[in-house]
Amino acid sequence: MAQEITKLPTRDFARGQAAHSTRATNVYRPNSDIYEDENHIVLVTDMPGVAPGDVDVTLEQRVLTIRGRLGVERPEGYRAIYSEYGEGNYERAFTLSEDIDQDHIEANHKDGVLTLKLPKAERAKTKKIQVKTA
Amino acid sequence: MLLSSWDRSGWDPFGEMQRLRSEMNQLLNGAGAVSLARAYPPVNIWLGDNSVVVTTELPGLSSEDIDISIAEDTLTVSGNRVFAANDNQVAWRRRERPLGAFSRTIELPFRVDPDHVEAHCTNGVLEVEMHRPQADLPRKIQVKTR
Repeated sequence: MAQEITKLPTRDFARGQAAHSTRATNVYRPNSDIYEDENHIVLVTDMPGVAPGDVDVTLEQRVLTIRGRLGVERPEGYRAIYSEYGEGNYERAFTLSEDIDQDHIEANHKDGVLTLKLPKAERAKTKKIQVKTA
Repeated sequence: MLLSSWDRSGWDPFGEMQRLRSEMNQLLNGAGAVSLARAYPPVNIWLGDNSVVVTTELPGLSSEDIDISIAEDTLTVSGNRVFAANDNQVAWRRRERPLGAFSRTIELPFRVDPDHVEAHCTNGVLEVEMHRPQADLPRKIQVKTR
């Protein structure tokens, strides 16, 4: 499980007022999927326009923070005539409900999507308990 | 009025229906506006001298996954965003990323030359640059003195 702590507008929220707000100082909450299997918590976050080198992930205690810096530049010599999405940096934080094995986190950023594979710490894993018949 | 007796009793069923209907209309109008605002994928349009750039955010898709077609003054972008994991094997905690097939047609401010188009996809952002056909460019006409 992961508890949301970010209080930033989503892109949908920004869309209504995006027409003139394309300054790169805007910060958005990126859309994220989180799923869990027996051994991992996996977080998939959409951060279009962010290069792999501009992604910053920190895990402090159980607070996972993701930041992405937008690297997209406006097309040169062009002026915006219509806008449905705002451009800006991304930031989001979650509190994880389980301990994570910090040394074995896999992070991958491709085509503007960050995938984080967080292995559950040994003691957080679900333990199967054998029921013996008497 | 025929119904004046209802007015005297303090309750007007037709008035009530009228009120309900206007509330309903407001709700429906609101819903229509929302679905329009969420056309996927969202686009930004930029205008140059004789060219236009359309940018759109398609995270997770590379250039091979996106289809672009141009006809006269419309641009169509389509593709498919696939699931990140097999549904049956995992427990979902949060699902916000839009998935599935999409297609969007965007009307451009002028006719464009389909042979003169440049499209790039970088870090999940698609940028399509289109130019006005040579024949459509404004031409300077010499005024002769007789």
